[in-house]
Amino acid sequence: MGRAGGPAAPPWHSLPDEVWEHAFSFLPADADRGAAACACHGWLRAERRSRRRLVVPNCYATDPRDAVDRFPSVRAAEVKGKPHFADFGLLPPSWGAYAAPWVAAAADGWPLLEELSFKRMFVTDECLEMIASSFRNFQVLRLNSCEGFTTAGLAAITEGCRNLKELDLQENYIDDCSSHWLSNFPECYTSLEALNFSCLHGEVNFTVLERLVSRCRNLKTLKLNNAIPLDNVASLLRKAPQIIELGTGKFSADYHPDLFAKVEAAFAGCTSLRRLSGTWDAVPDYLPAFYCVCEGLTSLNLSYATVQGPELIKFISRCKNLLQLWVMDLIEDHGLSVVASSCSKLQELRVFPSDPFGHNGGQVFLTERGLVDVSASCPKLESVLYFCSRMTNEALVMIAKNRPNFTCFRLALLEPRSPDYITRQPLDAGFSAIVESCKGLRRLSMSGLLTDLVFKSIGAHADRLEMLSLAFAGDSDLGLNDILSGCKSLKKLEIRDCPFGDKALLANAAKLETMRSLWMNSCSLTVGGCRLLALKMPHLTVEIINDPGETCPVESLPFDSPVEKLYVYRTLAGPRSDTPDCVQIV
Amino acid sequence: MSPPLELDYIGLSAAAGGRADDDLKGTELRLGLPGCESPDRRPAAAATTLELLPAKGAKRGFSDEAVAPAPAAAGGKGKEKSGDEKDKKVAAPPQPAAKAQVVGWPPIRSYRKNTMATTTNQLKSGKEDSDAKQGQEFLYVKVSMDGAPYLRKVDLKTYKNYKELSVGLEKMFIGFSTGKDGVSENKKDGEYVLTYEDKDGDWMLVGDVPWEMFTESCRRLRVMKGSDAVGLAAPRAADKSKIKN
Repeated sequence: MGRAGGPAAPPWHSLPDEVWEHAFSFLPADADRGAAACACHGWLRAERRSRRRLVVPNCYATDPRDAVDRFPSVRAAEVKGKPHFADFGLLPPSWGAYAAPWVAAAADGWPLLEELSFKRMFVTDECLEMIASSFRNFQVLRLNSCEGFTTAGLAAITEGCRNLKELDLQENYIDDCSSHWLSNFPECYTSLEALNFSCLHGEVNFTVLERLVSRCRNLKTLKLNNAIPLDNVASLLRKAPQIIELGTGKFSADYHPDLFAKVEAAFAGCTSLRRLSGTWDAVPDYLPAFYCVCEGLTSLNLSYATVQGPELIKFISRCKNLLQLWVMDLIEDHGLSVVASSCSKLQELRVFPSDPFGHNGGQVFLTERGLVDVSASCPKLESVLYFCSRMTNEALVMIAKNRPNFTCFRLALLEPRSPDYITRQPLDAGFSAIVESCKGLRRLSMSGLLTDLVFKSIGAHADRLEMLSLAFAGDSDLGLNDILSGCKSLKKLEIRDCPFGDKALLANAAKLETMRSLWMNSCSLTVGGCRLLALKMPHLTVEIINDPGETCPVESLPFDSPVEKLYVYRTLAGPRSDTPDCVQIV
Repeated sequence: MSPPLELDYIGLSAAAGGRADDDLKGTELRLGLPGCESPDRRPAAAATTLELLPAKGAKRGFSDEAVAPAPAAAGGKGKEKSGDEKDKKVAAPPQPAAKAQVVGWPPIRSYRKNTMATTTNQLKSGKEDSDAKQGQEFLYVKVSMDGAPYLRKVDLKTYKNYKELSVGLEKMFIGFSTGKDGVSENKKDGEYVLTYEDKDGDWMLVGDVPWEMFTESCRRLRVMKGSDAVGLAAPRAADKSKIKN
């Protein structure tokens, strides 16, 4: 509609791209941006050209060059490789997930790249060297659960990335070549904000570290490795009292009042400290040195601390503002009840087993009681990972009733197929209560004795569930069928040692394309079934994985040969070409 | 990739058979009066191979509950003593003294497993070394017994030889046997076997080495079920192949 004498307002569809790009920058979630891109060609163009942050949860879902072409303006990229069960040793080491093609494509197409994160991937020193030399404004490198590189590669990063702000090495396997990666930071370099080298085993030059910490006034995160003694930790803190997140080094020493005083004074100066973690060979004697920071702590990771007893509990009970607590089962039920009454803001709890294989005579420290108490008294609790030796349906029902706001519930009973230890019944009722009550549940890991019944509940109620992990559960294909035909939001399904066969998979083949991936090992799958699935769904990659050394070609095997490990994922790129001999794509 | 650190565990040969406990059910440690019902124990882990256990049915489990007394492994096999409830199910694999390792279960990340192995070994060696150093006067080591709800400690300095140790432990626990130097000939085919963990973290049969050498290297004692103590002399070598990632 024109107005007399005034310019006509442009119709919305001919607004310049820049306007749309600006509009899309307000969309918080990648999924929303993706949805916008599907609306029309104009939006597709505007969205993809303005995308700054790209997450690729499965590195084989697309060819890296296609990803770089499609989103040319990316400044931060995160790529994940191996399936989750690789963490538990279920994947052969040579399986794949190589970072090199991604680094090469990025070097080519994203010269302005600032951040790169890899998780569960094989990263070489050459990759690191290429990163160091290809991106003039590279700022953030995060490597999580990766392997394949050495400290020589790190040295290339520290030397070459003049604007590096963050170097975060979490739980990687790094070969120590004794190269002085830390010394490679130039003397004029002061921009470091976060440094995590907790997974490195070797010594670092402490003088160099101290000088680095002193001159980087913006350092907020420092996570040391186990080679740094307590004395030196205290010295570093004196140089960096502004620190927000600390991973301690070696936190045990013989008690000495002077050292205690030094540590205590160092912590007293850290008024901004909010997150504490570390490889603690911890000794109770030094815990009181932390008392002055307890009040401010929002995150406490004691999951490697084998401290038990009253000192531990006293320490945690002073941390009244904790949002996140990771601890070992040495805290026992009594300790958790203290947590329940002291840490009313708690959002996430993880309890790890101190003796998962029963070597210490199998003493039980922790039962279902602890979780019930915390769920009753911590109204904000939404994420739980809990290892324990026994559970009851009654406890689970109570937990479900107390905490309908769970988004992540992972229960790992140490013995496979543990029933309700009082009634000896399967834990179907308990887990059903969880999915029925917790409508926002996004992640669920189940254990214990479970029949097909529980899968009926899950399929019917777990509408928001995105990731499901099963082990030693179920009776028949019906169980898997209920999951795949329900669970509208399911993205990742990982299954081990369940009596599920080909039928359920084939009946729900289309579902698999709506999911990111499916992992199954030690189930009842056959070669023939997998081949049929691959035929039916050309956009899925169906990988049959054997133990290394077993390379019998799948084509020669009879239809009903059992398949030990299966990994299925959707992909735009077709079958990958970097498989080792023990992996066959059907 | 740097080789993962070995775990300190006892891998047992699969299904080490033996259900010889029935006759000695009456001598088991229990918290209740003999003949009264004892709660069932948790199901066992699968044996070292990934055989699928039947989906239903509570299996005899490894007793690491502080409150559960130790019913016999073969409770359901028909040789039950009176008072045994009918719902005790049969265990296909026997209770392993250390859990027979199922690959990747419990679901603990390999990185964590390796880190904890270093930490606990350091802890153990730290503690026990300091015990030994202090111990001109005493040398306390922990003694655990399969099925017992709690551990004990003994001072090895109070014994001069294996016989005395054996007698002393008998007073604490009931029914075990030792190696060639050991006593209890009447219990040679008996229920239990006395083992110890040495400085290297290996589990050894008590009685093979001279007494002094034993006291110097013994970290802790463990009274294992005889049926599970097959081939115990060199566990580490056998288990290298079982350790994954």
